[in-house]
Amino acid sequence: MSTSSDCAPASPAPSRDVLRGLLETMLFIRLFEEKIVAVYPDQDMKCPVHLCIGQEAVAAGVIAHLRPGDYLTSTHRNHGHCLAKGVDPGILLAEFFGRASGCCRGKGGSMHPMSPEHGILGTSAIVGGGIPHGVGHALAAFLRGQDAISAVFFGDGASEEGSFHESLNFAALKGLPVVFVCENNHYATNSPLGARQPNPDVHRRAQGYGIPAERLDGNDVEAVYAAAGRAAAHARAGLGPYFLECVTYRWKGHVGPDCDYEKGCRPKDELFDWMERCPVKRFQSRIEDAGIMDAAGTQAMIAAISARLDAAVAWARGEKYPDAAEAVLGVYAPAEV
Amino acid sequence: MPWTKVFLAKEDLACFGPGEGLRGLTFVQALLEAQTQILENDPSAFVIGEGVNDSGGVFGSTLGLADRFGPKRVMDMPIAENGLTGIAAGAAAAGMRPIFVHMRMDFLPMCMDQIVNHAAKWHYMSGGALTVPLVIRSIIGRGWGSAAQHSQGLHSLFLSVPGLKIIAPSTPYDAKGLLMEAAADNNPVLVVEHRWLYGSVGYVPEAPYREPFGKALVRRPGRDCTVVAISQMVYEAMRAAADLEAQGVSVEVVDPRSLKPLDTETILASVRRTGRLVVADVACPMGGAASEIMAAVLETDPGLLAAPAVRVSFPEAPTPCSPVLEEAYYPGARHIAGAVKKTLGLSDHG
Ligand SMILES: Cc1ncc(C[n+]2csc(CCOP(=O)(O)OP(=O)(O)O)c2C)c(N)n1
Ligand SMILES: [Mg+2]
Repeated sequence: MSTSSDCAPASPAPSRDVLRGLLETMLFIRLFEEKIVAVYPDQDMKCPVHLCIGQEAVAAGVIAHLRPGDYLTSTHRNHGHCLAKGVDPGILLAEFFGRASGCCRGKGGSMHPMSPEHGILGTSAIVGGGIPHGVGHALAAFLRGQDAISAVFFGDGASEEGSFHESLNFAALKGLPVVFVCENNHYATNSPLGARQPNPDVHRRAQGYGIPAERLDGNDVEAVYAAAGRAAAHARAGLGPYFLECVTYRWKGHVGPDCDYEKGCRPKDELFDWMERCPVKRFQSRIEDAGIMDAAGTQAMIAAISARLDAAVAWARGEKYPDAAEAVLGVYAPAEV
Repeated sequence: MPWTKVFLAKEDLACFGPGEGLRGLTFVQALLEAQTQILENDPSAFVIGEGVNDSGGVFGSTLGLADRFGPKRVMDMPIAENGLTGIAAGAAAAGMRPIFVHMRMDFLPMCMDQIVNHAAKWHYMSGGALTVPLVIRSIIGRGWGSAAQHSQGLHSLFLSVPGLKIIAPSTPYDAKGLLMEAAADNNPVLVVEHRWLYGSVGYVPEAPYREPFGKALVRRPGRDCTVVAISQMVYEAMRAAADLEAQGVSVEVVDPRSLKPLDTETILASVRRTGRLVVADVACPMGGAASEIMAAVLETDPGLLAAPAVRVSFPEAPTPCSPVLEEAYYPGARHIAGAVKKTLGLSDHG
C-alpha cells in the first residue's frame, strides 16, 4: 500500500489521490484485523494477536510519507504498520498461522514480523525493545550518508522504559533522522496511563531532549498526515529527530480478538465514546461528503480489499507448516550470508 | 505424605479422603494465599508489578489483593523494570520487604543490572551491614505461539550470581511454603514459576508455614535411575516414571525445589542408590542447573554413575512460534523416559 512518492511532505493540501490512498490504507488495516477476529475462533492461528482496530489512522497517516528505502520499527501491535509499509498480507497471515511461507518461516508469529525489503528489520515484543533498534537503523543510514529516515512506532507504555529515554537522548545528540511515533492509546495492557505517568503529555519528554514534538488527534488521519509530513521533512532534511504523540484508542482487548470491557478491564462508556470517533468511518464520510469518492466508490473499495484479504487468508491457510526439524536450525548466522 | 505428593490429575486429590483436615488448592491459589498472609502478617511487605491490581491479577496469582490491602500495599507500576527493581531493592535496603511480580521471566533481563550488580551484592559490599530482602516472582510461559520473547526459562543466567537465592516450586504446597520462606529471607530471592503449574492441585495447610530452602524431596522412590526434575519437569518425570514402571523400569524422581541453595546431599544419596542420573529442566542446557547438578556428582564421586548421565532440556535454540515447531521444541515425559532408557542401555522403542 502507501509509500507513493507523490506524497510530497511539503505540499500543504494532500491531493485527492493521497486522500483516497489514506482511506484505502485504513480500510485495509481495519479489514485485515477483522479477518483475524473472524478466523481466530477456528484455533488455526495459534499465536497471541494484538489488534490495532481503532488506531489505523496513525499507521496510514505516518507511513504515507515513508519511501521504500526508509526504515520502520514497530511493537507487538504491528499489523497496521507492516501493511501500510507494503508487506504482503498473505505473507503476514501465513506467519501468524505458523506456516513455512510466513515472513519469519513460522518462527516469529504475530509479535515478531520482519521484512527487510520494506525496511522492517525485526519486531520486538519486549516493551521499549524496538525503540533503540529504530534509532540504530537511522544511525546506520546517517553513517553511510544515505537519505533514509527511520520511523519508530511504540506505545505510551514504552515511553516509561529506560530504552525510550536513552534512545531519544542519543538521537537528539547525533541529530539522527528519526521520526518517533508514540501511539498513545491510554493503556498498557489494563493499566491506564494515569496510573503510570504523572504527566500524560508524553511528547513533553521529547521536548526535554530538545526534539521538536507535537501532540495530535491520532484518530484524524489528515492531522496525522500533515504532522507526519512535517516530521519526515525535518528528518530528511538532516535536522534531526522529530516526535509525534498521536492520541488514540484501541477497541479490542490488549491481546486477542475480544472486547475486554466485560472483564472489567476498562469502562464501557469510554470505549463506546471512542468508537464514536472511529478514524475510518470519520474519514470515509469526509471523503464522501467532499465528493472525492461517492458511497458506491467506497463500497467498491471495501469489497475489493475484502476479496483480496479473503484470498490471502485462504492462501495462507493452505500453506504448509515448516518441517519440525527447523525448530533448532538457524540459531547462528552462517559465515557467508 | 499428603503434603509432598505430586498429583497428576485433579481427581487423584480424593485419595486421602475427606475428614482428614486436608484442603486441596491449586498452585495459583496457594501463591495467592501466601501473599495474602505475608501482607497480613508483615506491615513492611508490599506487592509491586505490572497488572498486579488488574482484573486478570497476574494469571490470578494476585487477584483481589489490591481491593483487600489498598494501593500502598499492592502497587501497579510503570513499564520500567530495571528502574523499578532498583527502587524495590532500595526500599528493601531501607527496611521494606517488596514482592516484585513479573508476568514473564523474559522481562528479567531488563532488571539484570539491578539484580546482579546491586541487590545480590549489597549485603556483601556493605560488609554485612545491609540487607536486601526482595522477592522477585517470575513466570515461565509456554504454548500458543508465545515465541522467543515470552517463554524463556532464564534461571540459569542467575545461578552464577552470589548473593541471590533461587527457588522453583512445583507443587501447591511448595508454592505457598517456599514463597513464605522467600518473603522471610533477608536476601533477594528469585522465584521461578512455570505457568503450566498454575492449575496443578495438591494439599495446602491454611495456616501460614515456611518450607526451608535447600531441601530436595524424593517425589517417587525408585531403584534403577534417578531423575532430578525442576519445576514443571517434575510432572513430566512423574508421568515418565509411571510409564516406565509398566515396562519394568523403576525410576526415582527427585525435586530439588530450590536451585540455590541446592540440596546436593539428597540428590547424591539417590544417585548412590540408583547409579544412574537424568536431569530435566525447563531451560536451555548450557551452563544451567542441570549442568550444576551433574557437576555435584562428578565432584563428589564420578564412580557413583554406572552409565553416563543425560540432560533433558530445551534445545539450544530460542522458542519458535509455529505449533509444529513448538511441538518439536519442548521436551516432555517421552524424552525423559527415553533418557532413562539410555542410561540403562535399553532401546527407546516400546
Ligand atoms: C519489558 C516488558 N515488560 C512488560 C511486557 C508485557 N507487556 C506487553 S505489551 C504491554 C503494554 C504495552 O503498552 P504500550 O506500550 O502502551 O503499547 P500498547 O499495547 O498500548 O499498544 C506490556 C506491559 C513486555 N512485553 N515487555
Ligand atoms: Mg498503550
